[in-house]
Amino acid sequence: MYQYDTYDQAMVDARVEEFRDQVRRRLAGHITEDQFKPLRLMNGLYLQLHAYMLRVAVPYGTLSGAQMRMLGDIADKYDRGYGHFTTRQNIQYNWIKLEDAPDILADLASVEMHAIQTSGNCIRNTTSDQYAGAAADEVVDPRPYAELIRQWSTFHPEFSFLPRKFKMAVIASDTDRAAMRLHDIGIQIVRNAAGEIGAAFYVGGGMGRTPMIAPCINAFVPIDQMITYAEACLRVYNRHGRRDNKYKARIKILVHELGKDEYTRQVEAEFAHLLTQNIEPPLAELERIKGFFADPAFEVGAPDVLDRSDPDFALWVDNNCLPHKQPGYIAVTISLKPVGGIPGDATGEQIRVMADLATRYSFDELRVTHAQNIVLPHVRKADLYALWQVLDANGLSTPNLDQIGDIIACPGLDYCSLANARSIPIAQKISQRFQGREQEIGELKLKISGCINACGHHHAGHIGILGVDRKGTENYQLLLGGCEGADTSLGQITGPGFDEDGIVDAVQRATDFYLSNKQDGERFLDTYRRLGMAPFKEAIYG
Amino acid sequence: MAEVQFRFRDDEPVADPGVTVDAFGEQTNAAAVRLEPGDDARDLLPHLDRIRLVEVNFPVFGDGRGYSSARILREAGYTGELRAVGDVLVDQIAFMRRCGFDAFAPDVALDPADAEAAFGRYADVYQPTTDGRAPIWAKRHG
Repeated sequence: MYQYDTYDQAMVDARVEEFRDQVRRRLAGHITEDQFKPLRLMNGLYLQLHAYMLRVAVPYGTLSGAQMRMLGDIADKYDRGYGHFTTRQNIQYNWIKLEDAPDILADLASVEMHAIQTSGNCIRNTTSDQYAGAAADEVVDPRPYAELIRQWSTFHPEFSFLPRKFKMAVIASDTDRAAMRLHDIGIQIVRNAAGEIGAAFYVGGGMGRTPMIAPCINAFVPIDQMITYAEACLRVYNRHGRRDNKYKARIKILVHELGKDEYTRQVEAEFAHLLTQNIEPPLAELERIKGFFADPAFEVGAPDVLDRSDPDFALWVDNNCLPHKQPGYIAVTISLKPVGGIPGDATGEQIRVMADLATRYSFDELRVTHAQNIVLPHVRKADLYALWQVLDANGLSTPNLDQIGDIIACPGLDYCSLANARSIPIAQKISQRFQGREQEIGELKLKISGCINACGHHHAGHIGILGVDRKGTENYQLLLGGCEGADTSLGQITGPGFDEDGIVDAVQRATDFYLSNKQDGERFLDTYRRLGMAPFKEAIYG
Repeated sequence: MAEVQFRFRDDEPVADPGVTVDAFGEQTNAAAVRLEPGDDARDLLPHLDRIRLVEVNFPVFGDGRGYSSARILREAGYTGELRAVGDVLVDQIAFMRRCGFDAFAPDVALDPADAEAAFGRYADVYQPTTDGRAPIWAKRHG
């Protein structure tokens, strides 16, 4: 994986000192909270309901064992013993003291990490495919391209005060595991008929209160022009994106209001101009970065069989492990969704356990997934049982990947100052209600947001739940038919909302109807797409 | 009009306040113009040879359109004074400098020590812009 050189390290070190100085000026009263707010936000520090929350960047979701270990130590030293993995492949800590924040950043910098641009109206941490480098279906490893974008977007002087936040994702396979088309810019690295690598640009997607699927505005930007093209996309947005209404300030609204064709025309004109400005890093820089993402030293001829005699292990393998491009290896997803737990939470000790397993069994590498789980990307099948036993002993062996208990949920009203309703208790009740039935129901992606900002991706859930405030009480709307991935679709609201227990009952009526009506091999989503909303609605509302 | 607190050029400052973009089109002798966030900096490009000062106004620091305006002017070859005015804060001036601003007239004067630290904070930068600094990738592959 990527390693800092002296330039990268100097950058994060300078940032620690800058933020230390900003906190000093704030604590001394030299700057107001209003002036401090955008500064702390540029550093991932939010003032939430009960405390400061610090969001740490995990570029394209990739971590080393030492980095993961540090994340566990920070949870114990500065938080209340937990870290929370997020839908943007980051980690956040919910109980941070302002005066500790500079020291935390210094600890992070010691393992080549930071919190730069994890919030604020700037280009956020770039996300990617959690199986990058392991998936059999990728054209190339997408992470070198994401790293190129990370450097370009870090402290970009023109784009640090955009109309609104800006999220980018980079993938390199047709199977989209990063919800690429629901980003401000989604890039798919592709190979054309001539065998050349290029970048397909999808611009103007997003969730939030106005969910939109990004259209493709250029199907093949030559790879040695990718940064220049991104700069053109951003400049048009920075100049013309709406700033009169924060709810209409995302690039998706600009693309929608101008129309895809006019937005594309403006980007192409800006691109033609910027090509004369020599802002593109040379291919030698991409090659340098690629060197860090070469395949690890896989054992040739590693045994390609598993002993499945332990039924609990076999179930977990079937649910949580994915085929690897290298014979004898497998990619493991560790579910952070135990029944009744808080989705995405892990204790400091659990984080260190996962770090040690990565060091011992996965070439020292981990990934955070946008579904709030952890991946060990390169595990020898011969080591899998021993690895599973350690997971099992540490409450990390829940065999529910992509099932109804593998819920994405935002922090909701338990933590977040923007939320209208709690998300976590709903997730807990649903995972408890369906305990023991997950296998029968099969693949079902359930996603919960505690407000319309959609941090819990409810638009993209096969079943989505949106918490709203209805005359002072929490109310939950139900959506069906959302999907991220190559066949991205947005969920539709079923009808009137429910209270806390009613929404759990409604989910059960929907899944019961599915089980009674599914045809051979159909997932919940397939049955919904075949039958449509009407019969589900009737089953739910009677 | 706020005073110029920092200026990184040696030529004689233009004394006149900048006129609006609309007025500038009509006053063919004006050498100073003031850009608001909604103005299109490209409207000035045909007239760069007679402009000696462009004031770019930041009515609120969070409105980042002025950064693009500055780069567009510099990219087009403008060499006159480019002055950031308005809600110009210490934590923005380094970004502004990188986009080509070479004079700063903040509404509220900045603490000189804080400003000096801000201008010099980052030894190197990732992107080439219009300030002439070589980006890190150029140094890596020099």
